[in-house]
This record gives sequence, C-alpha cells and structure tokens, in this order.
Amino acid sequence: MKTVFEPTRGMTKVDTSYCPGCSHGIAHRIIMECLEERGDLGNAIGVVPIGCSINGHHFMNIDMCESTHGRAPAIATGIRRVQPDKIVFTYQGDGDLASIGAGEIVHAAHRGEKFTTFFINNGIYGMTGGQMAPTTLIGQRATTCIDGRTVEQAGMPLRMCELLATIDCAVYVERVILNSPANVRKAKKAVKTALDIQQAGLGFTFVEFISTCPTNWGLTPVESLRWIENEMASYYPVGNFRKPEGY
Amino acid sequence: MSKVLMKGNEAFAEAAIRAGCNCYFGYPITPQNEIPEYMSHELPKAGGSFVQAESELAAVNMAYGAAAAGGRAFISTSSPGLALMQEGLGFICSTEVPLVVLNVSRGGPGVGGIQPGQADYLQVTRGGYNGDAKTPVFAPAGIQECVELIYEAFDIADKYRNPVIIFADGMMGQMMEPVELPEKKPLISAEQIRTQKPWAITGTDHHDGRNVVYSLRLQPDVLEAHVEHMFEKYAKAERELARYKTSNLDDAEIVFVAFGTMSRLCAEAVELLEAQGIKAGVIRPISLWPFPDAAFDEIGDKTKLVISTELSMGQMVFDVKAAVNGRWPVGLINRTGGVVPSSVEIAERAKKLLEEVK
Amino acid sequence: MKVKMFFAGSGGQGILAIGQMIAKAAMLEGKEVTWLPSYGPEMRGGTANCTVIVSDKPIPCPLINETDVLVAMNLPSLLKFEPLLVPNGTLFINSSIVSEKAKRGDISVIDVPANEMARELGNEKAANMVMLGAIVRKTGIVGMDTIREETRHMFSGRKEQFLPMNLAALDVYKV
Repeated sequence: MKTVFEPTRGMTKVDTSYCPGCSHGIAHRIIMECLEERGDLGNAIGVVPIGCSINGHHFMNIDMCESTHGRAPAIATGIRRVQPDKIVFTYQGDGDLASIGAGEIVHAAHRGEKFTTFFINNGIYGMTGGQMAPTTLIGQRATTCIDGRTVEQAGMPLRMCELLATIDCAVYVERVILNSPANVRKAKKAVKTALDIQQAGLGFTFVEFISTCPTNWGLTPVESLRWIENEMASYYPVGNFRKPEGY
Repeated sequence: MSKVLMKGNEAFAEAAIRAGCNCYFGYPITPQNEIPEYMSHELPKAGGSFVQAESELAAVNMAYGAAAAGGRAFISTSSPGLALMQEGLGFICSTEVPLVVLNVSRGGPGVGGIQPGQADYLQVTRGGYNGDAKTPVFAPAGIQECVELIYEAFDIADKYRNPVIIFADGMMGQMMEPVELPEKKPLISAEQIRTQKPWAITGTDHHDGRNVVYSLRLQPDVLEAHVEHMFEKYAKAERELARYKTSNLDDAEIVFVAFGTMSRLCAEAVELLEAQGIKAGVIRPISLWPFPDAAFDEIGDKTKLVISTELSMGQMVFDVKAAVNGRWPVGLINRTGGVVPSSVEIAERAKKLLEEVK
Repeated sequence: MKVKMFFAGSGGQGILAIGQMIAKAAMLEGKEVTWLPSYGPEMRGGTANCTVIVSDKPIPCPLINETDVLVAMNLPSLLKFEPLLVPNGTLFINSSIVSEKAKRGDISVIDVPANEMARELGNEKAANMVMLGAIVRKTGIVGMDTIREETRHMFSGRKEQFLPMNLAALDVYKV
C-alpha cells in the first residue's frame, strides 16, 4: 500500500490533553508541519507560556521552554540573541499575549525581534476556566461577566493584529481562522510565510489564529466553528495587515 | 597586571565581560545606569549582545531565555527594579537556569531614594518570589572585591544552575578605586554549550534527545520531589559558599557585624574606639545567603556585645541573632533611607550600647 | 601619610573631574586612593562635590568626617563646608566667584581667581584646571609632571584641540 498521509514527526506520540473541538491541536500540527517541510525541526526553539498553551511542549517535538505569564516575547528575545541562527517562535494565548503580556509583545515587535509569534485568539481564558479576556466579544458571556461583556465595564475587545500593524518593525502581520479545511490550508501558508520572513531576517512576524474554545463557551465543537465564523470573524477580520515586498 | 582607576559600575560591567558574559539585558535605573551604558558599547565589541529592555520584568525574562539557550547571561538593576524581577528569579530557580544578577542598591521602600541602602537584605536573602527557592548572595565591600565576585559568580551560577546575586550599593557603584581587572575569558562556543550545558535549548540537531526547560509541575508529589532536589543543591551551597572575613576578634569587647559599605565604616569606627581604649572587632559576612554562622564561633571570651550595623531598619540582625544563638547580647546600629552614618556616630552609639550591657 | 580632600562647586564647573585627576595621578604614583562623588538627579547647575582620599596604606572608608583640604568653587560650597576642615587645614577659594572671606582663623586660605585667569587664557571653562594647578603646587599631593601626563591623557583624541589651553591653565597660578 502507498502512504498518502502520515502524522508529522514534529508532533510527539503523546495524545494531546486539549478538549474536544479545541483549535490548539490544529495550530500545533500546521506549525510543526511547516517546520518539518523546511527541515527545521532540529533547528527550532519554541516558547510556551502559562495558559492551555503551556502544555504545548509535551506535544511539539522540538526544543522548548516554558515562560512566565505574558513574557514569552522577552524570553524569545533572549534566546534569539544567543542562538541567532535558529528558528525561534512563541505560541501564546489571548489572555497571555493581549492582557498580561501586552507590553512584551508590543516591544518585541517594536524592536523588530527576528522571531515569530503564533497567537491563539479564542476570546477567553481557557486554563483558568472561562474568565473574560481582553479579546472577549461584546455580549459574550464569561465567568467574570456572566451577563455578557459590556463596553461600559470592560471597554471594546482588543484587536492585536491591527495594533501591531501600526509598528514599523512588525513586518508580517496576518490573521487566519481555523474553521474549515480550506482556511486551515490558508493558515498553514501564513505560518510558512512568517517563518520564511523570520529566516530572511526582515523583522518581527505575527500570525493570529481565530480559534475555538467549546468547553468554556458552552458550545459543541460544531457550534463553535460556526461561532468563530459568524461572530468572531466579523469583529476580527481575517487577512493580511502587513507584509514585506515579495511575500 | 597594572591597576586602573575605574568607577564601580563600569568596573562591574567590565568584570562581567571578562567573565565571558555574552548577553546583557538592562533597564535604566539610578544608581546603576553606567552599567547598561558601558555594556551597550563594550559588550558588542567583545562579541556579546546588549538589549535595552522595556522594563526590568522583560530584562529578567530575556536573561532567562538567553541562559536557557546556553548563554552566559548578566542583568543589573537597583532595588525597586529587583523587586520587579522577583517573579522571574523564582521562575529561574525552578527551571534551574544559571544567571548573574547585580543589585546596586538604594534606599526604599517604594520608589524611595537613590542614595545607598541595604534594606534589600531580606529581598535578596529570602527572595521576593513565591515558593521554596534560594539564591546565593555575595556582598562585596569594595570595587576590587565586587569585580572578583562578579567574575566568579558566573561559574557558581553554572555549577548550581541557579541565579547568583551580587549585592553592592549606590556608593560602591558611583565611587572610583584602583582595580586590577581579571583576564578575559573566551565566549562560550556552541560545542561548549553542548558539552557543558547539555540541558540547553539549542535545537534537537545540536544535542542528544529533546530538551525542555520548564517549571510547571501539576502533580504535588512530582513538584515536591523537584523542590527537594533543589534543596539538595542549596544544602551543598550552604557547605561550600559561606564566606566571611573577621578582624580584631581576639580581645574585642564589641563585635560589629557589617557587610558592604557599612563594613568599611565599621573598620574606621574600630580605630576611633581603639583610640578611646575600647577594643572592637568586625565580622564581615561576604555571603549573605548562606549566612556565615561559623564566623561567630571565632568570637573570643572578652566580647560583651555583638552589634549588627546596617543601612536599614534592621534586617540582617535576625540572622545575626540566629547565629549568636543567645551567647551574647545583640544590638543594632542603623540608619536608613539612604543616610550613611559617620564612623564617629557608629563609635558613639556602640559605646552607649556597651555601657547599657555592662 | 593620609590626605583627605573635599571638592565642592556647582555641576558643570568640572569639580568632579579635577578630583578624579588627582586620584588618578596619585594612583599612578603608587598611592592608595578613593574618589567618591555626591550623586543626584541634576546633570548641570546643581551642587556637585567629591571626596578624594590619598594614602600610602589601604583606605578603610571612602567617606570622611573631616577634611585636610577643601576646594570651594562657589559661595554655597564655602558656607556649607568650611566647618569640615581640620585645624591647620587648607582652603582653596575660587575668588573670582566667591565674594565672601573664610570665617575661620585656624586654617590657611588660598584665594585663586580661577575664572578670571582662565578667561585671560581664552576659555573660562578651564577655571577648574587653573584651580587644579594651584592645588597641586600648594599641597604637593602629586607631582606636576604626573598631572600634566594625566591632562594629556584626558585631552586626547577628539578633545586634543583643548590640550594646549588646559596645559597652560595648570601653570597660570604661581605660588
């Protein structure tokens, strides 16, 4: 029999601990596939911070380190300075990146650090059990806004791609959505482009994944996919915000 | 080798470069600004990397990343900045990554002032971080000693895979003294990282197996076993790293205990007391953790009083009392807020305390 | 031999620099030295002072309770620090700027019109170097040749154009 598909060597044999319908598994896989296709699995270093994503190092089959909450971009900055020839990335959730780590991500982008940040935006705190994130939509319910987020109480959801795209040294900023095979293929293309630009040393690269969290949203996996398409994508438009010439 | 006249902060930075530091991360804070300034132009010349971080929080985490990737990382700050770094330091202890931290301390609490202080004693010896961890702390009394301790601290940090803190103060950072600089060590090579730091995250092509540097341990028994492992290292550090100097203890009626700048004032107070017919001696802890308890066994039978002498409201005095263990009365002479007492004031207050116990 | 010196003036008068030059010269002559500045948030125009100790033995403490030599480059420095002098101590006053006289009778006072002399040389900024020349000649704390050497070192490279004037400034005050 001819092999037509096999799992990437970039993932360990460990079963992921993520909930059914969670997007982390897909995001992990496409990042690892890209590294494998580039021949960079043995040359890559990943940083995973507090949040569900901290489990990432059990599943991504490369050298990794954990991060204090929000500080992954600072840590990746340090790694890049002593390992300038490696592919370095951070893999951060929205509570981590857009809330406690808002300073570090902005300054890593502003310095034009030559690593890639993969940002999993599911509009909620997953690991701690469904609290409101800076990215939670208006009207969306969370355990710290049980009647739904209001503008009066918590302001408007933070759009990180739009914010980072105002920074000159953030050379590649793209938002993708993990809701269909076609869109997953597009997401993978964005990951590949970001890694190419990192290797070319052009500056900071950023890919945001609009992702699901069925458990904390109280939806089924299928309903969650519909929800990100209908609700999240209308506030967080998918597409490219910045890219260097020729990419 | 000939001596050069250098400002403390610049000599400290140069000592780190000569120790083979290949990455420095810093944020401006007085009175240590000459260190990031010096590093910004001198470290790249030596083949290393300088980053001006956006905050002390970022600086300590950059250093963690660099050290986890096999770098010889160095950070410096002053008291309020160290408070910001505490989370990172506890995390780095837990992940077992080496790091050298220099605190050029100032008066507190809060933003406090910028004159020399020692009120970080508890912050450095007990840690402001959560959980069970320790950091070896060395307190030099002058620029030469500080240079030597920084030079050595990189090797101690590597050996114990733990942060090491050098606790200087604003006066030491700003003053100039002749200093003999140690020989420049070559930067660590990729091959040396592979053999000397086989745990470093350098990419799986560059070492055996897969390396993960981590802190999270959700199973209590697994976390307990890890903390116990850390404390085996700390027990070894207690045996190997306790350091002190003593002077004139034999026939001393008064024994001052003082570190850093205060030990230099005490040395002069001893001369002033001697001129008035009172014998006094000094125990100078060089390591603050581990605290050099053994020094107190050298105190002679003429001693009537042990005085902890500090630029704080009295923080080391608890360690002094524990080390004295009831053998002598323990007094305190202190100023705080950045006020440095004169040797005359110390001698006068010591005389008064001696009269009280007689 | 142990000499304590205290230099005081306003920021920008070059008072820290001449203290440093004496410390460096003394080190080059084999002495133990310490140089301790006051430090604060002001970069210019604030008060500046530094303590220099020169000794032939290791110096336990860089702080002083009293001083053998006081250099007052402006009036506030004189008013504030005159009491710091030991009996028979030496007081150098920048008499171009300080209009008042010293109050104490148990010290020797040396008036140096440093700003005027420097102005005559063509650059008032060299007033500190005029004062340095006076201090070194009067106290003999270090050799004039060592100070000249240190001056050459200090005004090298991009600053070399200022060297002749600064060397000349060292010699204008005659003892």
